[in-house]
Amino acid sequence: MNRFLLPLGVFALLAVVLAVGIRHSPDKGLIRSPLIGKPAPQFSLPDLQDPARTVQSAALQGRWYLLNVWGTWCAACRAEHEALLSIAHGRQIGIIGLNWRDTDADARQWLKQLGDPYEHVAVDRDGRTAIDWGVYGAPETFLVNPRGIVVYKHIGELTTQTFNAEILPRVRGGQGS
Amino acid sequence: MLAQATFKRAACFVTILMICWHTSLAVDPVELSDPALQARYVALTHELRCMQCQNESIADSPVDLAGDLRRQVRELLQAGKSDDEIRDWMSARYGDFILFRPRHSWRNAWLWGTPAALLVLGALVVVRIIRQRAALVAGDTAPVDES
Repeated sequence: MNRFLLPLGVFALLAVVLAVGIRHSPDKGLIRSPLIGKPAPQFSLPDLQDPARTVQSAALQGRWYLLNVWGTWCAACRAEHEALLSIAHGRQIGIIGLNWRDTDADARQWLKQLGDPYEHVAVDRDGRTAIDWGVYGAPETFLVNPRGIVVYKHIGELTTQTFNAEILPRVRGGQGS
Repeated sequence: MLAQATFKRAACFVTILMICWHTSLAVDPVELSDPALQARYVALTHELRCMQCQNESIADSPVDLAGDLRRQVRELLQAGKSDDEIRDWMSARYGDFILFRPRHSWRNAWLWGTPAALLVLGALVVVRIIRQRAALVAGDTAPVDES
């Protein structure tokens, strides 16, 4: 009996380790952002629709907003566009776009054709602001509270379901405001 | 015996070939003017993960984001930052996941401790088996102890 104890113990230990591992990675592709709970990175970037003006994170202080990272080269961005339009239409929260590694002409054309859900689109040509936000793939969407703290990040296509389940309750609950 | 030696030589040759092939495929043509900085640049870019490809370092990846991150490393180096400061800069944005070499922190203690613990455990098992065998040989006529 005793001779089975050690292998059994090792097996049980291994099972626990693997179970924890599997449980903690429901989707291996998603990496928790270290930005959650931290102040949103500052930026001051040209406005896509009016390059003479700038979009500044400081001006967004005191209100909830979504920062949506997109590019015309990104297929999933195309897929989530309808959802963004419907969120914008709902007027519960404003969306700021971060146009990442794109060209102005393509980006403007995209918004003209598909509709523009964004209050402003900040133009990040060299990807520096995206790096400050820890962006590694588009689309990514950040929820920032009135104190300028990042409270939630969604990686990949944003749907109205996700918006209703994850974002709206946080805004309504006034989390961290 | 001869076949084994030939196999060893072939394996060695293939390994060297793979290393050469690997270095010749470097995606990053940038050379910093200061050789010391260049050496640190090469080392650092090899230990930072390409977040889009995940199993490549930013030194090995041709994707745009890896290029942007290499530029960041260069700029931070040229600004006089230390290797640790650059690692901190990266992990503040992308999390510890971007570091191929996990930090020695309490949170990662299990990661560093487990192999050592397993080694000790293995050694204990080996010692036990050896003792049992020795006892078996010594007490040749005694019945096998099934404890």
